[in-house]
Amino acid sequence: MTNEELELLEESIDQMTDLAKRFGLDFYPMRYEVCPSDIIYTFGAYGMPTRFHHWSFGKSFHRMKLDYDLGMSRIYELVINSNPCYAFLLDGNTLLQNKTVCAHVLAHCDFFKNNATFRFTSRDMVERMAASAERIYHYELKYGRKKVEELIDAGLALSEHIDASADGRNARKLVKQQQHLHRRGESANGFKRAQAQTPYDDLWALDRTEQAAAPAPKTQINPRAAQKDIMLYAIEHSPTLEEWERDILSILREEMLYFWPQLETKIMNEGWATYWHLRIMREMNLTDEEAVEFAKMHSGVVLPSRMSINPYHLGLAIWEDIERRWDHPSDEEREKYGRVGGQGREKMFEVREIENDASFLRNYLTKQLIEDLDLYLYQKVGNDWRVVETDWEKVRDTLVASRVNGGIPVLYVEDGDYNRNGELYVKHEYEGVELDIRHLEKSMPYFYRVWGRTSHVETVVEGREVVFTYDGKKTQRRFVKD
Amino acid sequence: MRTYFTLQREDWSLHRKGHQDQERHKEKVREAIKDNLADLVSDESLIMSDGKQIVKIPIRSLEEYRIRYNHQKGRHAGTGQGDTQVGDIVARGRPDKSGTPGTEGAGEQPGVDYTEAEVSLEDIQNVLFKELELPDLADKEAPDLTVDTVEFRDVRKKGLSSNIDKKRTLLEAIRRNQRAAIDKVRISPDDLRYKTWEDVQKPDSNAVILAMMDLSGSMGLFEKYCARTFFFWMARFLETKYENVHIRYIAHHTEAHEVSQEHFFNKGESGGTICSSVYEYALGMIRSEYPPDRYNIYPIHFSDGDNLTSDNENCVRLVRELCEVSQMFGYAEVNQYSRSSTLMSAYGKLELPVFRKFVIRDKSEVYAALKHFFSRREGVKSA
Repeated sequence: MTNEELELLEESIDQMTDLAKRFGLDFYPMRYEVCPSDIIYTFGAYGMPTRFHHWSFGKSFHRMKLDYDLGMSRIYELVINSNPCYAFLLDGNTLLQNKTVCAHVLAHCDFFKNNATFRFTSRDMVERMAASAERIYHYELKYGRKKVEELIDAGLALSEHIDASADGRNARKLVKQQQHLHRRGESANGFKRAQAQTPYDDLWALDRTEQAAAPAPKTQINPRAAQKDIMLYAIEHSPTLEEWERDILSILREEMLYFWPQLETKIMNEGWATYWHLRIMREMNLTDEEAVEFAKMHSGVVLPSRMSINPYHLGLAIWEDIERRWDHPSDEEREKYGRVGGQGREKMFEVREIENDASFLRNYLTKQLIEDLDLYLYQKVGNDWRVVETDWEKVRDTLVASRVNGGIPVLYVEDGDYNRNGELYVKHEYEGVELDIRHLEKSMPYFYRVWGRTSHVETVVEGREVVFTYDGKKTQRRFVKD
Repeated sequence: MRTYFTLQREDWSLHRKGHQDQERHKEKVREAIKDNLADLVSDESLIMSDGKQIVKIPIRSLEEYRIRYNHQKGRHAGTGQGDTQVGDIVARGRPDKSGTPGTEGAGEQPGVDYTEAEVSLEDIQNVLFKELELPDLADKEAPDLTVDTVEFRDVRKKGLSSNIDKKRTLLEAIRRNQRAAIDKVRISPDDLRYKTWEDVQKPDSNAVILAMMDLSGSMGLFEKYCARTFFFWMARFLETKYENVHIRYIAHHTEAHEVSQEHFFNKGESGGTICSSVYEYALGMIRSEYPPDRYNIYPIHFSDGDNLTSDNENCVRLVRELCEVSQMFGYAEVNQYSRSSTLMSAYGKLELPVFRKFVIRDKSEVYAALKHFFSRREGVKSA
C-alpha cells in the first residue's frame, strides 16, 4: 500500500467505525497494523505474534507461506482477541481489500467482546504470551533446548484435552474450596464467619453463596475422579514432573484455554463478521470498480465447498435467515411463538451473545436452510467418496456433532492410580466416530511423557473396546474382555 | 472519535521468528534422515537410479500427532450446487493413496499431513558419509601421493576481471571515500581488488579397495542385492572423499578373476564355492601391483558363508596373510536365516586387529555394515 492509500484507508476506517457503532456493534479500541506477508503468516502459524518458539509453528509457517507464494491460498487478515484489539492487515492487499478487512475485524472484535464463550479469555494475552515465551526461553537455557522441545511436543499434542466449559470451571472452583476447607479442618456445613464490617464484605458473600449451592461435601476429596482436563490433571497429579515442566504445561494449557472459544465458535464468528462487512461496505461510497472488486472478494470468501463446510458461507446464511425469520415471521411463527416481527437485529445480537457453534447449528439451522443450501453428508464408499444422506435432520445432527468440543475427541482421565501402580488410565468417550488409530498409537508416548508412568487409553475400534498401553518402550493394544 | 483506533505500518524486517523455526523444522528433517538411514541406504529405487533421483521417504517424527477422529470412517458434511442426490460422487478416491479425498485445499483437510519428505541422493550422502572414513589410513611414501588443487588465497590489485573480489573492492572504495570525507561511494580503478590463486600440491594417501564377491550358485538375489548395495555406497563414498582410491573388483566361485564394475554388479554366475581362490588372487594382485609400503590396502569380501569345508583351513591361512599387508580386512556375510556358516565359524577364531567381520541378516543392516567397516572407532591399533 502506498502512503496515500494508507491515508485513504484511515479515513475509511474512521467512517466504518462510526457506522459499526451506529449498527450497534460493541468492540474494543482497535489497533490496525499493516505488515508484509511474512509477518502475517508468522502470526497465522503461531496464533499470536509473541508466542514461544517451536518447530511445528515453523512448519506451518513454511506451508502457509508456500501456499501464498504459489497463489494457492491467502490470509487477508489476522485479528487477535485482546483489549485493545490488534488487527494485522496485509501490505499487499489493495485498498478496497483492506477496507473490507477492517469492516470484517470490527465484527470479530464485537464477537470476542460479547460472546459468552469468550467471557473468561484473558484480554491481555499478547503480553502474557510474551512473558511465557520468555520463561520458556530461560528453561531452554537452563535445561537444554532438546529437553524443553520434547516436552512441548508432548504438551502441544495433549493441549487440546482441557476443559474450557463453565461446568469445568465451577467444578474446579468447588474442589479447590473444599480442599481449602479440608486443610483448615473445617467442614463446609459449619462454615461461619465473624461479621466484621469492611468494604470487602461482599467478597465473603460471594463465597457463602457458592458454599450454599455446593452439594453436601465429602470429607475426602477424590482427586482421582474422572476429569476431562487431562492437562490440568497431569500438572496437578503427575508423580514425576518437575516444577519447570509443570510450568510449561500450564503455559500450554492456559494458551489453549485462550484459543478454545475460537474453536467452538468458528461458524458463528466468521458468519457474523461476514454479515457485518457486507452491511458496512454497502454503506460506504464505493466507485464502480471498487464495487465490482468487493463483489468478487466477497463471493470468493463465501464460496461453498463440496468437501467441507465453509464457515463463512454457512454462518452468513444462518445469520441472514435469523434476521429474516424474526423480521418477517410466518403466520405459524407468529401464532406459535408469538413473534411480532421487526426484531431481526435484536434477535441476532441475543444469539451472538449466548450461543456457540453447536447450539447455533442445533437451534437455527432449519430444514428450509439445509435444502436451500443443498447440504449433504458424504462418506467413503469403496474407493470413492459418495453422498450418503440428504435428510435434513441427519445432516443437521451430524454437523452439530462435528462441532461438539470444537471437533476434538473427548477423553476423560478415569484413574491416576491404575493397577495400584500410579498408572494413567484415560477413556475415550466413544460416540460413534472412531479415532485415527495411527495417530493414537503415536500419541501414546506423549501421555507417558507428561505422566511419567505407563499410560492406557481406552477406545472403541470396529465395535470392540480396545485399550492401548504404552510402557515407555512400545505401544500395545488389547481387547477389553467383559 | 479518532482515538478509537490507530493505523500503523512499522518496519518488520527484523522479525525473523517464522524463519528461525522453519530452520529448526528443516534441522529436524535432517535428523529424521539420519534416523532413517538404515532404511534409506538399502532403498532399491536409490540404488537402481542414476544417482540423480529424488526419493520420497517417510519422515515420521515430523508429523504432529494428535488424538483425532478417523477421517476415513466418518461422515462429513459438504455443500452442493443444488439437487444433490444420495449416491452422487463427491470425489474419486485415489487407489494408491490412503490420504485425502478431493482436489482442493488438501492442507486443510484433517487426515492429511506431511508423511513424506523429498530427499535427494546428495542429502543422504551428506549425512551418511559424515559417519564413514577409511580406517587407519597411513602415510605411505610414494611418488603419486600428491593431488593438484587450486586455492584462492591471496588478494591483489591486478588480476582477471572475472575474479574481482566485490566485497573487498567495495570496502576499499568506502574507506577511501570516507578518508576524503565524500558521502557518495564511487569506485575508482585504484579500489579494485582481485582474488588470485596458488597451485598447491597436497600430499594425499593412496588406497586400494579389493572388492571381492562370491558369485556362486548359492548366492541368491537377496545376497547379491545386499552386497551390491554395500559396494554401491562404498564406491560413492570413496569417490567423493578420497582422490586416490583404486577399486578392483574380483568375482569368484571356484575360481577367481577380475571383472569390470558393471559385470561385478550385474552378472550372476554359478557353481560351487572355494573362497581361497579369491584370496590367492588378491594376494597376487597385491604382490604385483600394490606394494604394501606404498598403498593402504582394504580387501573386502562378500559371501554367503557357504564354503567348501575342506577349503576353510586354507582360507584362514590366506586371510592371515592378507591381514598382514592390509590396513583392514573386511568379511561380510549375508546370512538371511542365521544359518551357522562354515566360513564364519572358521573366522570366529581369528583374532587379528585388522580383521573385521559382519553378518547382514536384513536389508537395513547394510548401513550398519558400512559403519562397521568404515570407521575408526573399532579399536584397531595403528599399523
